[in-house]
Amino acid sequence: MTLLLLLAVLDGLAYAALVFMVAVGLTLVFGVLRVLNVAHGSFFAIGAYVAATLGTAAAATAAAPVLALPVLLIAAILVGGVLGPLVEKLLLSRIYVKDHVLQLLVTFALFMILEDVQKLIWGVQPIFQDAAVKALGPVEVGDIVYTRYQLFLLPGVAATTLVGLMWFLRRTLTGRVIVAVTQDREAATAMGIDAQRVYLLTFTFGTMLAALGGALASPTSSLVPGVGVNMIVLSFAVVATAGLGQIEGAALTALLIGLGRSVAVYFAPEFEVVIPYIIMVLVLLVRPYGIFGSPELRRV
Amino acid sequence: MMGRSLTLPTLLGVALLIGLAASAPWLKFVFTIALAKGLAVLGILLLLRAGQVSFGHALYVAVGAYTVAFARPTVGDVLLLLPLAVGAATIVGLLVGLFVARYRDIFFGMLNLAFSMVFYSLLEKLYAYTRGTDGIRVIPPTIAGLAFERVSYEWVMLGLSLALAVGLGFLARIFLASPLGQALPAIKARETRLEFAGISAKRVLLVSYVASAALAGLGGGIIAMTTLHVTPLLAYWTHSGELVFIAILGGGGAVLGPFLGAAVFELVRVYAAAAFPDAWQMILGAVLLGIILFASRGLWGIYEDLTTRRAARP
Repeated sequence: MTLLLLLAVLDGLAYAALVFMVAVGLTLVFGVLRVLNVAHGSFFAIGAYVAATLGTAAAATAAAPVLALPVLLIAAILVGGVLGPLVEKLLLSRIYVKDHVLQLLVTFALFMILEDVQKLIWGVQPIFQDAAVKALGPVEVGDIVYTRYQLFLLPGVAATTLVGLMWFLRRTLTGRVIVAVTQDREAATAMGIDAQRVYLLTFTFGTMLAALGGALASPTSSLVPGVGVNMIVLSFAVVATAGLGQIEGAALTALLIGLGRSVAVYFAPEFEVVIPYIIMVLVLLVRPYGIFGSPELRRV
Repeated sequence: MMGRSLTLPTLLGVALLIGLAASAPWLKFVFTIALAKGLAVLGILLLLRAGQVSFGHALYVAVGAYTVAFARPTVGDVLLLLPLAVGAATIVGLLVGLFVARYRDIFFGMLNLAFSMVFYSLLEKLYAYTRGTDGIRVIPPTIAGLAFERVSYEWVMLGLSLALAVGLGFLARIFLASPLGQALPAIKARETRLEFAGISAKRVLLVSYVASAALAGLGGGIIAMTTLHVTPLLAYWTHSGELVFIAILGGGGAVLGPFLGAAVFELVRVYAAAAFPDAWQMILGAVLLGIILFASRGLWGIYEDLTTRRAARP
């Protein structure tokens, strides 16, 4: 019993770290661009697939164990750096002036397209590449043999991302420019800030975060079609529970939902998928705009 | 405000549909499914009028379909099974609706997606009741107490769906012209002003939401009795996406849009999904983008433009 609980907590931490990586990108992009990107889940999935492909290629070389971890980061930068600007320039920049429903439909359409792009490139058979987990090896926690990858690396990367992002947004010039555009785009533009560039930058960065989440997730589970949709729905649950646009809040709810889910995995497996949404619905019933969110100003 | 008369296009559509189904027997099945989906999309259209889009209405299609599958061993007739399907979808729609009608835009769309994915995973995981991904086979029910052999069963189901589609399309038109229906575009335009006028936006949306759930449940019931097999895939997000796609393809301008969209969609799907099984979603996504960016009033809008120009309205 205690053993199971400990295992559930460890799994929950690792899982929460992954969910946070995706959710923080989703919430950051929403905060700045005011567009909820449904295709964010596809970026997660494509990041995972590219990481697995690169990982398999790296495993064939002589420097295999050294390369196993860096390829994850390379995959994320590659996916974010290529897909981010492409999608922002070609698609999103056309729809900032349209209403929310159309924006949602456009990103949903993109999501449909990218889901099949994955199938066309990587097929529908499960893909598994765990070189990164093997490179770090196992560790003993009490009586449990766990992977160092999931115990240290995943939470470590998530914590670094959170702290780094907060530092970036509050202490650096670029970060403050991004916050300024979020608060009042017109005033920021009048001060000589190029809002278009801020949008492009933020979206690319958000895409990289999703892809990094996918790359980090790839060594711990096999990749099948549909991982993208599960992740977008789950990370939306995290973001909505926290309040749209809340970054620290997303970390806390990711932890809450990650732990809740992994406890369910061990004690009530049929309800594994339901737990995050029960948490979300309960929170939203009490606080309709999320734990840390506040209602937007009413238009009169 | 009822807009232009739909009598002629409806009659033409019905005649064309029956004519085609008579000349090519396999089309009976395709058209019955198209009409069932058209009914579900009619529900989506009500919500679109309020500027809200649900990415989870496959939930209600699945509720309707599984109600038929669960009830079939004890209830043997279509005329009882369909009301059951509608009733179940209405109840679930009311429960979920009480929650989601508080939200707009992004939250509305995504919360619906979340509910449908939860239902999907429950259908998949609770194997003891739902037989998981294997799904449940539905024995052909009797219709009004009469047992039909296969070909006549297909004809009767098509006729029934057609009658329901015309009847409910007419009702939806009356609803949209009623004060309640007229409040829907107001939610999209200026919700606060609607509230100032003393009308509860939440209640207006809830009524439309429950109606849309009931329509989707009816569509699901018809699908279950036509395909005679239900699987969790009915609740999957791709299916919800299809419904939204059909709504946008058909166009939100008139109640005929959903059925026009559904018929075109199902006909194209018969060929395209077989030719490009792994690129089907991609084609849908690309066409959806094209419509949103370049022809936002859908097929019905194109039809209207064509006929209006010919009539040379001032």
